[in-house]
Amino acid sequence: MEQLFKTINDEINATLRDGEHLSLSFGGENSTFMRINSARIRQVGNVDEADLSFNYIVDGRRTTGSISLSGDIEEDLKRANNELERLRLEAPQLPADPFLVLPDSPAQSIEKKSGDVPSSEKLADTLLPSMGGADLTGIWASGRVYRGSANSAGGYHWFASDSFSLDYSLITPEEKMVKATFAGTDWDQTAYESFIKDSINKLELMQRPAKQIEPGKYRTYIASAGVSNFLDMFSWGGISEAAIRQGESALGKMRKDAVKLSPLFTISEDFSSGLTPRFNGNGEVAPESTILIEKGELKQTLVSSRSAKEYGVASNNASEDESLRACVMQTGTLKEADVLKTLGTGVYLSNLHYLNWSDRIGGRITGMTRYACFWVEDGEIVAPIENMRFDDSIYNFFGKALEAVTDQALVNPDVGTYEGRELSAVICPGILLNSFALTL
Amino acid sequence: MDLQAILSRIDVRADYVGLRYVNENTTFRLVRDGNPDANTRESKQGLMIEVLVKGQFAYYATSRMDPASIQAAAERAVQIAEAASRYSVYSFDASARPVAQGSYRSPYATPLDALTPGELTSLLVKATHELKVSEKVITTNAMARIVDTQSQFVASNGSSVDQQYLMVSADYSAVAYDAGVTQKRTDGGLLAKSFQRGMEVFNEADVLSRCRQIGDEAVELLTAEECPTGKMDLVLAPDQMMLQIHESVGHALEIDRILGDERNYAGWSFIRLEDFGKLQYGSKLMNITFDPFVENQFASYAYDDGGLKANKEFLIKDGLLIRGLGGKESQIRSGIDGVANFRASSWNRAPIDRMANLNLEPGDSSREELIGSVEKGVYMTSNRSWSIDDYRNKFQFGCEYGKLIENGKLTKTVKNPNYRAISNPFWRSLKKVGNEQTFEVYGTPFCGKGEPNQIIRVGHASPLCLFDKVEVFGGA
Repeated sequence: MEQLFKTINDEINATLRDGEHLSLSFGGENSTFMRINSARIRQVGNVDEADLSFNYIVDGRRTTGSISLSGDIEEDLKRANNELERLRLEAPQLPADPFLVLPDSPAQSIEKKSGDVPSSEKLADTLLPSMGGADLTGIWASGRVYRGSANSAGGYHWFASDSFSLDYSLITPEEKMVKATFAGTDWDQTAYESFIKDSINKLELMQRPAKQIEPGKYRTYIASAGVSNFLDMFSWGGISEAAIRQGESALGKMRKDAVKLSPLFTISEDFSSGLTPRFNGNGEVAPESTILIEKGELKQTLVSSRSAKEYGVASNNASEDESLRACVMQTGTLKEADVLKTLGTGVYLSNLHYLNWSDRIGGRITGMTRYACFWVEDGEIVAPIENMRFDDSIYNFFGKALEAVTDQALVNPDVGTYEGRELSAVICPGILLNSFALTL
Repeated sequence: MDLQAILSRIDVRADYVGLRYVNENTTFRLVRDGNPDANTRESKQGLMIEVLVKGQFAYYATSRMDPASIQAAAERAVQIAEAASRYSVYSFDASARPVAQGSYRSPYATPLDALTPGELTSLLVKATHELKVSEKVITTNAMARIVDTQSQFVASNGSSVDQQYLMVSADYSAVAYDAGVTQKRTDGGLLAKSFQRGMEVFNEADVLSRCRQIGDEAVELLTAEECPTGKMDLVLAPDQMMLQIHESVGHALEIDRILGDERNYAGWSFIRLEDFGKLQYGSKLMNITFDPFVENQFASYAYDDGGLKANKEFLIKDGLLIRGLGGKESQIRSGIDGVANFRASSWNRAPIDRMANLNLEPGDSSREELIGSVEKGVYMTSNRSWSIDDYRNKFQFGCEYGKLIENGKLTKTVKNPNYRAISNPFWRSLKKVGNEQTFEVYGTPFCGKGEPNQIIRVGHASPLCLFDKVEVFGGA
């Protein structure tokens, strides 16, 4: 794949005319997917695909496009040349773009991570016997993911990584569930079997009769997976400079009115884990770490070079949509072992589900509790709870209601596959709140 | 693409081989505040080879189209199916893929090439100028999304289907700000105006007229009262009914969800297999249809991706649940009557049970009668927030724009209107359904489901509806 990208980049760049600027980005994967229901196989197959995206600029105008690649160099060069011709014909028809940014980064990087992943032919025998009689439903995804970026200023980046993930739910006969993800780069059968066994053991707590709690405000602990769901929302009308400027951000109040979150709340965009490539679609390389909110105060937003030009601020080489790619929340001092004792009486939430802004400008999010969520009394788990709807503000749960943050951050890999297998992750601890609004 | 020739060259030992080729071009243009923000075209082509071996289907999806790569992909699919066959959820036979022969073409008046990129962008620029009705409008957006798709399907059972779609979505929006208040108005909800139509959608006079109204309403909301809190009558416009039907009926009736396939992702359903034919889902006024034949509706087609012919069917009749949203595989697994809705988002994803056109049939109340019957309530239009639980029970939805209804009349405008309820009691509280004159057609390109994940287009049409005693409330 790398040779294919490199060859197309070299050939296409050689055909560029005076005044033309081009960025190319490459995305591809060779993935095995296995869909599992009740520890049996529902659907299984392989996806082998690659796409090449063009960002073409000439005479103050910009137009973009993407094409599927076949893997055959002659065919793909033909497709790439055709796409370049299409862009050349379209650009003069468009108005000048006052905020376009010419690709000027000559930076280069190559990162390849080889792993040891079970072959698709052996997968069923590798995974399924260990599930025993458990009601396990989920998705296996594995194989190599590719990302590339190059531009007419000489910039060139290549990233390739082997990985696997089994994202699953275990379900009791009473329909209570536990969620887990076993992910990595090098397969270890013993570690896998131990991980599955541990999940099955956790189901035991869910066997107790469920408690129906009333809507109201409760002392609440939200585990790392749930916190990562909240932080994901910062990528949708949150930490983006453009969203704030255009009046569509929940963090607008932090900029306009200097409203602060809790001093216990610090997040950064931090690529040091190496899970996510630092270069964006234009080949610009983000700083290894950028503090965004420090001790509750908005320090920086994610700023693309386009926003930088439009609003006259410095870019931190964010992606064009200014979403979080490598969010890390700073840990606190609450020991994991002390969570239940410190919570006292209240609600313990392992996971959240289907979040949406209920009032984005006000910073309010609604969603559901899901999976292993419990009622706790005097530091002891009493019973799983029936799922509840919540509707509360980031200015509450990351603000005045934030009582403590745990001392361990967990890696929550993005196992999403809408546009292909994702590479990002949110690394965050759990949070203890003195009040959280459950509404239905 | 001569799929029959490709199929004839594939040499594997399988009980069934199917090929599905998709060639899709998606053009997206966005103008913000009079300046071009996005002008892009995504062109995707690829082939899914599906085989059935020892009762297990498996696939290999590839963008490599040469004969050797296709033969190799088919052989890999056979190996994968064989290895998986000892652990199948269900052991299928070839009857899971009916023989299908036919074609479909989207109806449209004006072809794609009738509008050049420059002309369309010029219209969008004008639209943003029209949206800026005052200095209080701080951001304007005009967007067009045009999808031109060819889907071909052939199989070893003699199936041959060719379907061509032209799908157009557009949206115009204004964000207004004054004195610490921010409000946004779109054209009926983000990209809710999604149809199988041609470039006639971009009629300049019509677009600019709608933009003026959108801008005016964004500014109007700045000084509107907060939506009241309490239990009261709720009137939902068809553009919000779209979301209501989608989330609290459509997903709940997907048979693959009921069978548990989605439990790790989108979730389960409060509906059980034994509920079909027995459960009173809503009031007697509730009639839900799967209808592939509504002209210009977004998700019309002739055959699903498993080769099942699409027909109009009642899923809920007089409030009673009678049929599920399940394609042939789900029908075989569950024994429940279904529809032709085994659909894939593209060539690189396997089909699953999806909504297509899922509509609420018109009733007999005029708009005047319906609003006139409300003593105290709220009218809400244009979705802006949606969330529902994994069983499709507890939902909370928010709209852009509301009006108080007092003594049978629409009175003051209210901002940040929201409501929450539980699906089954909510639909049983449906107390009036608007007539044909209140019936409107919408759609969305963005319905997410499945593992691996898939985004697919759906269509929803509905009349105006009145619900009894719903919990409504305002903003932060």
